[in-house]
Amino acid sequence: MAFGRSSRRKPLVEPVTLKILVAGGFGVGKTTLVGAVSEIRPLRTEETLSEAGRPVDSVEGVEQKNTTTVAMDFGRITLREDLVLYLFGTPGQDRFWFLWDELAQGSLGAVVLADTRRLEDCFAAVDYFERRSIPFTVAVNCFDGAGRYPGDTIRSALDLDPDVPVMMCDARDRESAKAVLIAVVEHALAQVGKAREHAIT
Amino acid sequence: MSEPAHWFDDDAGPVVRPYAMTRGRTSSASRHRLDLIALVVPEYAADDPGRDQRLSPEHVDIVERCSDVPQSIAELAAGLDLPVGVVRVLVGDLVDDKLVHVTQPVPPAELPDVSILREVINGLRAL
Repeated sequence: MAFGRSSRRKPLVEPVTLKILVAGGFGVGKTTLVGAVSEIRPLRTEETLSEAGRPVDSVEGVEQKNTTTVAMDFGRITLREDLVLYLFGTPGQDRFWFLWDELAQGSLGAVVLADTRRLEDCFAAVDYFERRSIPFTVAVNCFDGAGRYPGDTIRSALDLDPDVPVMMCDARDRESAKAVLIAVVEHALAQVGKAREHAIT
Repeated sequence: MSEPAHWFDDDAGPVVRPYAMTRGRTSSASRHRLDLIALVVPEYAADDPGRDQRLSPEHVDIVERCSDVPQSIAELAAGLDLPVGVVRVLVGDLVDDKLVHVTQPVPPAELPDVSILREVINGLRAL
């Protein structure tokens, strides 16, 4: 086997890596949104859990199966040679909160995807990011056949702070998904500005 | 479908239990916790990892995957089809052996620089 001695002539660029989380209920289109903007097919990374799931996982009939797997789908966007953005779809089940903590650490911000037919599915995510002061944007994935509501209706239904952006999107559409991500980063930028003002005054 | 006693192929789980590759270790001796988006960058000493008899095939695989473009822990886990925890231990070994180093992403609890955020916005717009 030949190893890449020749390809090592110039030192590798070590990009700055950032991450944005994509949260929301099961089947709301998290992986679809990641796939719409990612330059790679969404990858899946798995963590094997054993003891952690025991109190809540029904193992009836599969008593010998002592591990369970939790998957996170993620994608990558190389913005520049030295700037790479990763998108992580958070595990849908609430009982994997402890994995969220790791994902949320050092993240730039988050998208909370919502479906108007099951708005309550995203309550937990909204609550999570509010408590930790992680800047997030609510994006309503406009499914065919789902009721359309004005942003303000969604805002009051979710009891969001006035500065949290609420937008409509089509998670399948690249431009739409891009707009959502831009909104998240702009919101994060505004939050940093506010924090600075607080520090000065 | 209620035949719980039989698992075939993938249902039966991996042939080698994942943590067998780490000889049972669930955390690496080098304490630092590797972030999912920490990038693994090979050192020059790792130019020919295949010759290093101490390395397992998985170690060699990690170094090779990173030799053209540094890969994140998450990408390595997905590419190697190994749990993130296993990849963390294996990368920890490579760090200890000074065959790779790992970039540290923006420290937790520290907001990224305003200029970086602007660059991200511009980069996304330009996609």
